[in-house]
Amino acid sequence: MSLDLDFHLTRGGFSLQVQVTAPAGVTVIFGPSGSGKTTFLRAVAGLEQVDRGKIVIEGSDITERPAYRRAVGYLFQEPRLMPHLTVLGNLKFAQKMGRQVARQSFDEVIALLELGDLLNRTPFALSGGEAQRVALGRALLSAPKCLCLDEPLSALDQGLKHRILPYLERLRDRTEIPILYVTHDPAEMARLADHIVLMQAGRSVLSGPVEAILSDPAAVPYLGVRAAGTVISGQVMAPDPTTGLAVMGFDGGRLILPELSQSKGRHIRIRIPAQDIVLAREKPKGLSALNVFEGTITQLHAGQGPGVMVQFKTGKTLFLARVTQYSAQNMGLALGQTIFAIVKATAFDPAGIGT
Amino acid sequence: MSWFAVSPVELDALRLSLWVALVAVALSLPLAVAVAYVLARCRFWGHGLLNALVHLPLVLPPVVTGYLLLVVFGRKGTLGPALDALGLQLAFTSAGAALAAAVMAFPLIVRAIRLALEAVDPRLEEAAGTLGASPFKVFAFVTLPLILPGLIAGAVVGFAKALGEFGATITFVSNIPGETQTLASAIYAVLQVPGQEAAVGRMIALSLILSFGALMLSEILARKMVRR
Repeated sequence: MSLDLDFHLTRGGFSLQVQVTAPAGVTVIFGPSGSGKTTFLRAVAGLEQVDRGKIVIEGSDITERPAYRRAVGYLFQEPRLMPHLTVLGNLKFAQKMGRQVARQSFDEVIALLELGDLLNRTPFALSGGEAQRVALGRALLSAPKCLCLDEPLSALDQGLKHRILPYLERLRDRTEIPILYVTHDPAEMARLADHIVLMQAGRSVLSGPVEAILSDPAAVPYLGVRAAGTVISGQVMAPDPTTGLAVMGFDGGRLILPELSQSKGRHIRIRIPAQDIVLAREKPKGLSALNVFEGTITQLHAGQGPGVMVQFKTGKTLFLARVTQYSAQNMGLALGQTIFAIVKATAFDPAGIGT
Repeated sequence: MSWFAVSPVELDALRLSLWVALVAVALSLPLAVAVAYVLARCRFWGHGLLNALVHLPLVLPPVVTGYLLLVVFGRKGTLGPALDALGLQLAFTSAGAALAAAVMAFPLIVRAIRLALEAVDPRLEEAAGTLGASPFKVFAFVTLPLILPGLIAGAVVGFAKALGEFGATITFVSNIPGETQTLASAIYAVLQVPGQEAAVGRMIALSLILSFGALMLSEILARKMVRR
């Protein structure tokens, strides 16, 4: 199942040009505010008319259909629950209005989002996080062929965000419909994305699988240096015998992680920001950092700023490190060179570790 | 005759007043919802004109409204022959009294519903659309329930206005006991004759009870809504 988008629209002085294929899974649309992310989603849902082009879901062209006949579920920044209905009423409303039976049954959605205890409450009696979960459940029950999530966590505080993210991860892992997810939070993107579309001034400038985009030096100008970094997927292994710290195995080696709460055998993904990696030409000795990998430089990319982006390969995993131009010259970094990357075990944000 | 004994003429006037007010509200409500919706949601050329037209009976001397009704709906009026062909006569009939009351109450009903409509968050309607609700279903299952308190308030205010309508009614349908004599015009009639203080007092008491009852009812309904 996939979503093929190729359209253009103009609103006032703003023009949006999108050319993207979103496969099943989460496609994160990332870009600065004003880059057209929300308009992008609204156009897919039929809430904005496109001037020309095509929006195709599962092979059927829905460009000309009004919003209510598109079967595109939409989660807005605010929950938008019907105030005259209870939580149950809101969920049933979606079932009644949706033209087809949802892929997930009512009970499955209730269980997935843990809505059981909220059913008899009115929307006024819900916290922000609960209301957003109900809104997500409602969107799922309308039998969508595609889900649009427009910064669904932006109105929630940091603590609540981390309580909702696991629900979104579960949703991603259990549905086979394409999910478009707008955010400007790099941590959210790294946790949820299977694919990434980078937006800049109304254009989709770069898109691809999350691992490829986040470790691509060419993507750094659009991501910003803070968001650039590697996303590694791997499995939790037995704790390190000498230190007792948790270990994650990935294609290319193993990483020692602090405060890992996931149990052995679980599949997890972590993000290592490019600026948290230290590079060395020779194998370092007498170091406090626990993670040292050997790799080969695959790309060197000097940006406009004082930094140089170094992409290197360890096993099949591509890493991205950011060093100063001065260091790059001093070290004589060159393509094909063997280098050593040092990552502090405490560099990982425990909250940024996803499943 | 005791002070409390209501005469048959007075009873007729009371019954007619209630019938006229109910019919007037029932007939104008659907149209008022439509007009309020257009005024609240649509922007088009002539919007101001429609708005002025709806509110005209509110500012026009009622006798002028009554006269204009005669000009349009009278037997020799613009629509007279057409109504005749349908076997419908409005001038000097109770149906005409209902029409006059409806026209006078219409602006008040539209106003209340329009205010309620403008308070509805259009983002809720947009969300309902993304859930698969057609524009009609959005109106029936989202907009209408949300404006219900305003709708009821409008209906009650309209009912009270129709109950007390006098100027346009007496101009359009006269003051025929048993046919077009409402409570208001009956009070006017007895006031013309000296020595009818008891009858005036009784009918004024009836008017007070009806109007007060309508207000109480709207208050109770409004509270029920809020509690929900």
